Amino acid sequence: MKISEIVNRLNLKVVAGADGLGAEVTGGYVSDLLSDVIGHAAEGNIWITLQTHQNIVAVASLKELSAIIVVKGSSPAADTIRKSNEENIPLLSTGLDTFRIAGELYNLLLK
Amino acid sequence: MQYRYKIAGGDFSNAGAVASSVKKTLRQLNIDHRLSKRIVIALYEGEVNVVAHAYSGIIDIDIDHERIKIRITDKGPGIVDIAKAMEEGYSTASTQVREMGFGAGMGLSNMKKNSDSMQITSEPGIGTVVELTTYLNGNEG
Ligand SMILES: Nc1ncnc2c1ncn2[C@@H]1O[C@H](COP(=O)(O)OP(=O)(O)OP(=O)(O)O)[C@@H](O)[C@H]1O
Ligand SMILES: [Mg+2]
Repeated sequence: MKISEIVNRLNLKVVAGADGLGAEVTGGYVSDLLSDVIGHAAEGNIWITLQTHQNIVAVASLKELSAIIVVKGSSPAADTIRKSNEENIPLLSTGLDTFRIAGELYNLLLK
Repeated sequence: MQYRYKIAGGDFSNAGAVASSVKKTLRQLNIDHRLSKRIVIALYEGEVNVVAHAYSGIIDIDIDHERIKIRITDKGPGIVDIAKAMEEGYSTASTQVREMGFGAGMGLSNMKKNSDSMQITSEPGIGTVVELTTYLNGNEG
């Protein structure tokens, strides 16, 4: 499934990085610890986190993740947005908390 | 080819800048994508460790046709027990650093997994030197 379809189905807000919306999603990973994501997320995963600083885009780019979803309606910092546009990694936002958005993504991708 | 970068401790807004610059260099040199991904991941973790744990650092990159050597030299508190520091989950990161999502205690093991060899030497109270070597022909990994 493409990021753009997930955006529509889960009603996500595209905060930045819209040029990357055509990427294919291989699965999801949930973590707020950056080194855990570096160690364990797989290429093409959507990453769900409550972190909003620019290092999340650096990590997503290193791991070639397909997109980042920030939870609970938080707004990413300006340099996170700039970096997301530079790296073409979509920065998506949901009003839901981690448990609920992870559940919805799981249903969409794996059920 | 040799490159040198300086990094400032505590400067999280620039953390990862060296890794991202080296990534571009490796792309220009046509280094295999899988290899370059590992190299840049290891470098990123090393760079962030200087930002998170030390006061200042220098990163030297030395590339020839057979290997890339990365040496990260910092001025900082050093590491008293290197074996302990290597354990997954061990971290002395401050609360502030943890709030940003660092401090899982996994950085050094990510560096080890993503390089062909890693050597750490450290003098408590002075600083730390981490050397990472990765072979570019893919035979020694
Ligand atoms: N350059 C350094 N200077 C001083 N201490 C260091 C340095 N690098 C690592 N350490 C020590 O080793 C510990 C483990 O490092 P490691 O990178 O594995 O985890 P971390 O940096 O604490 O968290 P993470 O990397 O998962 O965000 C650190 O908490 C710190 O005590
Ligand atoms: Mg670390």
